[in-house]
Amino acid sequence: MDDLYREIIIEHYKNPSYRGKLDPHDISFADNNPLCGDHIQIDLRVDDHQVVTEARFDGHGCAISQASADLLIESIIGKPLEEVKKLNKEYILELLGIDLGPVRLKCALLSLKVLKAGVYGLGEASDELVE
Amino acid sequence: MKLNITEIRKDFPILERETRKGVRVVYLDSTATSQKPLQVIEAMNDYYRRSNANIHRGVHTLAEEATSMYEGAREKIARFINAASAREIIYTRNTTESINLVAYSWARANLKAGDLVVLTEMEHHSNLVPWHMLQMERGIELDFIPVTQDGLLELETYKSLLDRRPKLVSFTHMSNVLGTINPAAEIIRLGHEAGAIVLVDGAQSVPHLQVDIQALDADFYAFSAHKMCGPTGIGILYGKTALLDSMPPFLGGGDMIKEVKLRSFRANTLPHKFEAGTPAIAEAIGFGAAVDYLTGIGMDKIAAHEHEITEYALERLEEIPGVKLFGPSADKKGGVAAFTLEGVHPHDVAQILDQDGIAVRAGHHCAQPLHEKFGIPATSRASFYLYNTKDEVDILVNGLYKVKEMFG
Repeated sequence: MDDLYREIIIEHYKNPSYRGKLDPHDISFADNNPLCGDHIQIDLRVDDHQVVTEARFDGHGCAISQASADLLIESIIGKPLEEVKKLNKEYILELLGIDLGPVRLKCALLSLKVLKAGVYGLGEASDELVE
Repeated sequence: MKLNITEIRKDFPILERETRKGVRVVYLDSTATSQKPLQVIEAMNDYYRRSNANIHRGVHTLAEEATSMYEGAREKIARFINAASAREIIYTRNTTESINLVAYSWARANLKAGDLVVLTEMEHHSNLVPWHMLQMERGIELDFIPVTQDGLLELETYKSLLDRRPKLVSFTHMSNVLGTINPAAEIIRLGHEAGAIVLVDGAQSVPHLQVDIQALDADFYAFSAHKMCGPTGIGILYGKTALLDSMPPFLGGGDMIKEVKLRSFRANTLPHKFEAGTPAIAEAIGFGAAVDYLTGIGMDKIAAHEHEITEYALERLEEIPGVKLFGPSADKKGGVAAFTLEGVHPHDVAQILDQDGIAVRAGHHCAQPLHEKFGIPATSRASFYLYNTKDEVDILVNGLYKVKEMFG
């Protein structure tokens, strides 16, 4: 349990490095977790080679969802979009360094769902995107 | 005479379980669903072990036993809310289905484009979405009795809404978030004076208050077994006989018919007209046992105990810096304490409390518009029932101090 709120998670929740918006941006997408009302928006800038050059997230939610968004954004800067498309659940769990039950997993995966829905240009951040 | 909580807790073996080694569960989530006493579990077990058969029409011993147990439970439930007759007690799956039954059967037969339905800002989604759906389908109009910052309904605005002659007023007797006990008799009386039919969502009130349906004079009243010591999967729609008689059936199939020809049918009489297909028999029997259990203890004593716990809980929670409580003072509400803790998301609050075995709910509690009204996405909610103690409130308060420390 104390694992769940590892220092790294509390730290990224309280002092996120990548919170904010990008204007202009190349990709922007936002969605909610209907279970708890968490909301995340992700903005990206990419270069001519479709590599992420800048990224930010904004929104509100629990420590797990916000920390995982911050960690995710940090990790994708410099990555080609093709690689971002391949990121999955295990990737997020590795970033967080914890194991999560089914309910909290939804919090942790919200940012990745939003990110992938944006990258794929979809209208909705669905669960299939991260399985 | 006060409740003997030590004895009552022996009826709920789940309250003895540990959620992790050495940590006993502190169940503060009865507003979502209550725990079930042995008396209910055993009644259902006994039915399956001794009497299981399909009800009605069967002439063999088991079928007769099952039928009389199923119908006997209906009689008990009718007496529990002082209905004029058991024929006014329709079995459904839950409160949500009861409200949908009114929306599908009564409302579709009686409402047309432009007709006004009055709801409140504190409704559970189950008393909003069926009307949204009817609005999309029919073009009915919806308007809402506002909620004050103290979590009370603005009755003056209600009176002006009634000037627009609504066809239906539908409201919750007790809010599942704020805990507010609404002045149901007055809302119903005013609605009737304006010529409206009145539906009451009683999901939170029937488990905690003595409800006298004839004194209230509600036209429809909906509630669920699982929030009052009974099983999931069974609820009630109470309706006045004349109204139920005038309504078209809801679901079609076996048991709801008197006669079926290849091209036509005649509907059964009440209450069976609204009960198509094999129902939740064991659950109905369990519901009857739950009603017996609550009656045996006494609803007045249960309400008094909950009031005492709630008063204590609100007092203790208020002491914690950063805690903000929602809803009215203890004298105007049931056993619910919804709160936020500054700087910590309710989801995290609930998760950290779980470490100490404390079960509270976090989220919008199926009342998203109400949370929007208060400008917050979610709250944590502790709720109390007959088996909760002041010691459990203390464990909750200590748990919240731990949460603050972790996020401090």
